[in-house]
Amino acid sequence: MILHQLIDYEILRLIWWLLLGVLLIGFALTDGFDMGVGALLPFVAKSDTERRVVINTVGPVWEGNQVWFILGGGAIFAAWPPLYAVSFSGFYLAMFVVLAALILRPVGFKYRSKRPSARWRSGWDWALFIGGAVPALLFGVAVGNVMLGAPFRLNDNLFSLYEGTFFQLLHPFALLAGVVSLAMLVAHGATWLAVKVDSPDILARARRIGFWAGVVAIAGYALAGLWLAFGITGFQMVGQVVTDGPSNPLMSAVVREGSWLNAYNVRPWAMIAPVMGFVGMALAVRGLARGGEVSALLWSKLGITGVISSVGLTMFPFIMPSSIDPKSSLTVWDASSSHLTLFIMLVCTAIFMPLILIYTAWVYKVLWGKVDEDEMITNKNAY
Amino acid sequence: MEFGIVELSRLQFAMTAMYHFLFVPLTLGLSLLIAIMETVYVMTGRVIWRQMTKFWGTLFGINFVLGVATGITMEFQFGMNWSYYSHYVGDVFGAPLAIEGLMAFFLEATFVGLWFFGWDKLSKVQHLVVGWLVAIGSNFSALWILIANGWMQNPVGAEFNPMTMRMEMTDFFAVLFNEVAQAKFVHTVSSGYVTASVFVLGVSAWYLLKDRHIELARRSIAVASSFGLAAALSVVLLGDESGYSATHTQRMKLAAMEGMWETHDAPAAFTLVGLPDQEARENHYAIHIPYAMGLIATRSLTKEIPGINDLVLESQDRIRNGIIAYDALMTIRTDREATAPDVLETFEVHGADLGYAFLLLKYTDDPRNATEAQILQAADDTVPTVWPLFWAFRLMVVLGFAFIGVMLFFFIRSNFGSRDYPRWALWGAVAAIPTPWLAAEMGWFVAEFGRQPWTVDGVLPTAMSVSHLSMTSVALTLMGFVAFYTVLLVIEMSLMLKYIRKGPEQDVEETEIAMARHAHRLRTHDGNVPLGTPAE
Repeated sequence: MILHQLIDYEILRLIWWLLLGVLLIGFALTDGFDMGVGALLPFVAKSDTERRVVINTVGPVWEGNQVWFILGGGAIFAAWPPLYAVSFSGFYLAMFVVLAALILRPVGFKYRSKRPSARWRSGWDWALFIGGAVPALLFGVAVGNVMLGAPFRLNDNLFSLYEGTFFQLLHPFALLAGVVSLAMLVAHGATWLAVKVDSPDILARARRIGFWAGVVAIAGYALAGLWLAFGITGFQMVGQVVTDGPSNPLMSAVVREGSWLNAYNVRPWAMIAPVMGFVGMALAVRGLARGGEVSALLWSKLGITGVISSVGLTMFPFIMPSSIDPKSSLTVWDASSSHLTLFIMLVCTAIFMPLILIYTAWVYKVLWGKVDEDEMITNKNAY
Repeated sequence: MEFGIVELSRLQFAMTAMYHFLFVPLTLGLSLLIAIMETVYVMTGRVIWRQMTKFWGTLFGINFVLGVATGITMEFQFGMNWSYYSHYVGDVFGAPLAIEGLMAFFLEATFVGLWFFGWDKLSKVQHLVVGWLVAIGSNFSALWILIANGWMQNPVGAEFNPMTMRMEMTDFFAVLFNEVAQAKFVHTVSSGYVTASVFVLGVSAWYLLKDRHIELARRSIAVASSFGLAAALSVVLLGDESGYSATHTQRMKLAAMEGMWETHDAPAAFTLVGLPDQEARENHYAIHIPYAMGLIATRSLTKEIPGINDLVLESQDRIRNGIIAYDALMTIRTDREATAPDVLETFEVHGADLGYAFLLLKYTDDPRNATEAQILQAADDTVPTVWPLFWAFRLMVVLGFAFIGVMLFFFIRSNFGSRDYPRWALWGAVAAIPTPWLAAEMGWFVAEFGRQPWTVDGVLPTAMSVSHLSMTSVALTLMGFVAFYTVLLVIEMSLMLKYIRKGPEQDVEETEIAMARHAHRLRTHDGNVPLGTPAE
């Protein structure tokens, strides 16, 4: 097969770095509101019928949304195998907690209303809360840790030796990143409820909590930016940077110096990402306060896109730096799959991603419309 | 056997994978059975078929979510527990997993919600199409997973790259059309169809025994037995195909599951039963069927099947070749730029056996310093433990043939007979419900345990594949997963039983009466309540 030579290795790596971002953003935009709604559930809905209304706003779509997460895992495995190998084994116990929480969600949605018992239902409501809030928090903590650098080194066989512990993941900066992530997705979930719920009580509570969550997200994001500017040392590649060489992280030289925010001196246009983050979140908060449901949801999406993009652009070309052995750091240029695999995966993505977007859009269109309390009685198919 | 991080990680993978596969086969088969039922409904317009679709759909849904939930773990635990494996073969193995998400799981998961919520929002035909898309999605999902698994059994279309210390893809279509993967795919989905058919048959039989939902049960038996018969034939036939491909791809696995210690003159005899003895390398109290093994495995009277002892001798040679390759690799790695051409050529020639040198890492830090005794020991390690394979395989095969018998009986009765079933047969069908799960788990056990000591056959030993984790961490998550999954399984089964006891939403007889009344009213159409119909 020589077809893959049509696209340079360097370009393919860049495309896959972008696609990694697209997948993470797709996950945050779709499954993000499911998680936000889960985290909001016990607080915005009091009675059983109210809770069913909230659950049924995401009932038909959470399954498809969650595939963004699964696909994210698969794509990291296929396109960035060293990242898959180092990160999930390094953050082992944290990953276990995330998986356990995420497993609660499908079961909670499907089983909650299958028995009338109040204890049964309230148990599953809290399971859905955990399934929404815990991953939303821990994904942020993980991103924070990646920006701090993870304590791993690669030996000559490229075997990853991780030297940190679970509790070391709870660095204050990482916790701040976790709070931003959780608050941002809670606000996102609130904007979703504002669009989908036809019940004034739920709406009022969702708006109030969503508003404050949005404020916390904006403040936390700003604080994280200041922390990066003054309190955290970034990483730099030094010497000759080979962008189309073999994927062996040990072959490139990395030092830990300067600030991550130097990225914005090198690429000033990248400022658009944090600006999008602030503007989007601010307008979503405004929408939650004043009404204008659909626009608030769209602004929230823009804000999330901006925040996630800003993380990627700040760190570029790093995808997982090492705090204890900088030369082991994984970058876009030395931690990808082979030229051929990246090409094949790109072809598959180019075929199937548009199809996915089309049928997902169709499903959302069919299910468009508000969920209200009457429907919980009349619709036998509701959860 | 010492119990270390490798054994603990294997145990965790086995537990989570086997739990996952409690739910997957039913999803595979039931999605298709439901799509067939709904097709009959849309084509005939008969309400009973819609009720069947909805009733089995409810049970499908309860099962489906746990397949999804336990599947989340599967996608991530290669990275979590098998970090070096992920690095070493991610370039090849990751691709089918990602394509599974893109092509299959997205389809299945996006439409399954619409299937449940869309009864009033879609036209009949649209809803039917959605149901078929769910079935196709889940079956395609199995295809890509088995392409990934097939590559672990028969690693084609890839080669080792010394610069990146990993296997890299050289031919995507070889990976795709791997004969092992193709045979395994049809075998596995067929086993799912059998599972769902036995499930539908058993539940329906229980209704007949209790004299409830007769119409639903009879029709369900007709569908399940026809579909199940075809599936049971296919599962045995394609199982045989898997065995045939193993004669040239995984000879050690084949020899181990047949307990074939020595190479016999062709055509070899089949050991029906016996007690394999790993130490003495022989079977006690064995009963043989002459010629059968040779005929099944090679489909000829003249081809020999190598026994375990000969394969061990072969492994010794491959380990020696592997050491040469390892030595060349070390030279290439120390001075990448200026490696002499003859070293590169040495690696080219012996590189395929590099994985065999890794087997020595258990005994020495540097395979080049291995003693003769260590080489012999490592070669002995290529023999998996025979007796569990021998018996698991036989149990699976016996069950496979039994399914054909059961399905044939109900198929003939429901299609050509009186549609009356003897009570013993109905009780038998109820009792048979757990057996396809047993057969499927045995099948996976044979496939995966039989591949030991390798994660990727001949390429990467299991002992080398693990992550750098503490025993405490893995013990903690293993206990966590087992406890958590067991609770979920108990909840799932209690809900299944609840909904089976409850039966279909609206009883069929009721609907039939209502339809008859409606038809009658249309016929008389004079506004008067016709004589003899019950008051509303």
